[in-house]
Amino acid sequence: MAILTSFLTGLLFGVGLIISGMTDPSKIIGFLDLAGAWDPSLAFVMGGAVLLGAAGFRLAERQPTSVLGGLRQLPDTKSIGARLILGSATFGVGWGLAGFCPGPALVAFGAGYDKAVVFVIAMLAGMVAYEFTERRRMARATDG
Amino acid sequence: MIDWAHFTPWSSFAGGLLIGAAVAAFVVIHGRVAGISGILGGLLRPAGRDIGWRIAFIGGLLSAPVFYGLFSRFPLATIEAGFPLIVLAGVLVGIGTRYGSGCTSGHGVCGISRLSPRSLAATATFMAAGLVTVFVVRHLPA
Repeated sequence: MAILTSFLTGLLFGVGLIISGMTDPSKIIGFLDLAGAWDPSLAFVMGGAVLLGAAGFRLAERQPTSVLGGLRQLPDTKSIGARLILGSATFGVGWGLAGFCPGPALVAFGAGYDKAVVFVIAMLAGMVAYEFTERRRMARATDG
Repeated sequence: MIDWAHFTPWSSFAGGLLIGAAVAAFVVIHGRVAGISGILGGLLRPAGRDIGWRIAFIGGLLSAPVFYGLFSRFPLATIEAGFPLIVLAGVLVGIGTRYGSGCTSGHGVCGISRLSPRSLAATATFMAAGLVTVFVVRHLPA
């Protein structure tokens, strides 16, 4: 059941990204290009998404468990540290260079764009690099 | 100056509502945040727990163009960056979203929906970095 609902949620998310126009990197870059001809569309995507997203999180807070019966597993880290800021800044540079973030890149991959395929492979390589450095850091932390 | 030729307030808002509906459904049904970099990155962890729903979610995203194609044509994606820049950008997005614990979906949509100060800080940071990057690439003489 979790597989089916997860697939359908991903599908809905992806269709939303397509309709919103966010699978086209030139629209992302158009939003980020304040000094050029500015395309504010992305702000409208965020507005629509946060409107229903906020309702969903409110509803979820009133449930004793999720519909599938598990406990909620929401991020509860509070600290705003160097990892969060430097990581987000690194992500932002990549986002500005290509006009892709993870979701739209996966959808454009599904649509068969070769540059999206290359982007996703490079992104996975970056994520694997993170896993390796994290494991090494953890290993050093337990040694010392 | 607003780029009226490309500005799509209605379809962008409508697509945003669908994204929000997906985020809401995911937290109500699964009790989790629909953050795409986290869902994808979780597959690369050594402990292979809850692999099934993660692959299913990514499968849904990958299938979206086929499903959408039953009703309409997939909107043209214009990707200006060349392959070397695409590779660099992909690596930066992969590393950055994992260190920063989220991307546009996890921090930008889910985190802001929950009014998480951490996600607000992350979103402000990647937006600012994106703005600066586009300014440097587009407007500074090479």
